[in-house]
Amino acid sequence: MPTSTRHLATAPSNADVSRYALRLGDDALISAQRMGEWIAAAPQLEEDVALGNIALDLLGQARALLTYAGQLEGAGRDEDDLAYLRDERQFLNAQIFELGNGDFGFTVARLLVTSTYQHALYAGLRHSADSTLAAIAAKAVKEVDYHRDHATQWTLRLGDGTAESHRRMQQGVDAVWPYVSELFESDALTTALAASGVAVDPNSLEEQVLVYVEQVLTEATLTRPEATVRHTGGRSGIHTEQFGYVLAEMQHLARSHPGAKW
Amino acid sequence: MTEGDDRVVTTEVVTGTEPQQLNAEGGHGAVPLEGVATQQAPQAAAARDWPLWEVFVRAKRGLSHVHVGSLHAPDAAMAVRNARDLYTRRQEGVSIWVMPAEHITATSPDEKDAFFDPAADKIYRHPTFYSVPEGVKHL
Repeated sequence: MPTSTRHLATAPSNADVSRYALRLGDDALISAQRMGEWIAAAPQLEEDVALGNIALDLLGQARALLTYAGQLEGAGRDEDDLAYLRDERQFLNAQIFELGNGDFGFTVARLLVTSTYQHALYAGLRHSADSTLAAIAAKAVKEVDYHRDHATQWTLRLGDGTAESHRRMQQGVDAVWPYVSELFESDALTTALAASGVAVDPNSLEEQVLVYVEQVLTEATLTRPEATVRHTGGRSGIHTEQFGYVLAEMQHLARSHPGAKW
Repeated sequence: MTEGDDRVVTTEVVTGTEPQQLNAEGGHGAVPLEGVATQQAPQAAAARDWPLWEVFVRAKRGLSHVHVGSLHAPDAAMAVRNARDLYTRRQEGVSIWVMPAEHITATSPDEKDAFFDPAADKIYRHPTFYSVPEGVKHL
């Protein structure tokens, strides 16, 4: 983006930035919830802890982003209100984050894509004109760098491992692929915010993300599938059937016992 | 249970074919399995079990790496990553070493007397019989 347009563009509205922060926050929140489901169910104790750590990193990002989204909204909603008291159609995460964990191969395939996406996104967002988003991204980029490395290491080992691990890893990649393109969809909101230097245009991330993912897949002797179906709608509140179950588990306590304290 | 305790905690069966089998289940460091009583392996200990790694962490620059425990990992690269998650997530370190537990040769609890007792009563090995003149620095 040429610097001149930054001065010409009108300052983005709080509502727009709030909605953008909500999208990123929901991605991180739902991702954290899914990763957390692996605790005590991963193939090894060590992997429980690794996935649990990743979940906690993502939860930290979600808290910062949702808190900021709530402040900008100006309706007095805090991170908890946004996480626990919104209904399905009000969540703006991309669908890839909400899909059921499947087997370990699917989870690794999904994490490879989402962490590579988040890494590219946060790396760009570090230079955002919005200083809060820039600060959150600067911290988060180091965290997702590690998530990406973890997913990469596993993809290589499972893809290039036994015949069975190869089969299941490829199966995971195939199942994830129809949900990948949604991550790179630009719309009026992201285009306007990108023009004012606040947001990273999702479309601009596609090439670098896919280059990295494909490189890992190739090294792992896996094949990049051709997406015949492209699922979309998460950014406008359309979700998969599985999403209701995620929310039910995540929100149950807060909704059954309003104001409960630890 | 302290370091050097005679009890051996293990979940693996000694095959007797390898010269020195080591285990550190329970995070007490590598201990030899040869010649000491071991428990029967639980059913779950199957082929998918990963090898054991000993973890050493340097707390900060200038200090040496200190043994902090052990973990399972399929290979060295994953062992370092698991160690990062298990032992340094609260900023305990700036550098991590891992090594396969099976590559550690350790003293056996059976040899404790021969190895360590003779040092116990040789107080003349400690430089405690010299009177240091006053004013001597850097001694």
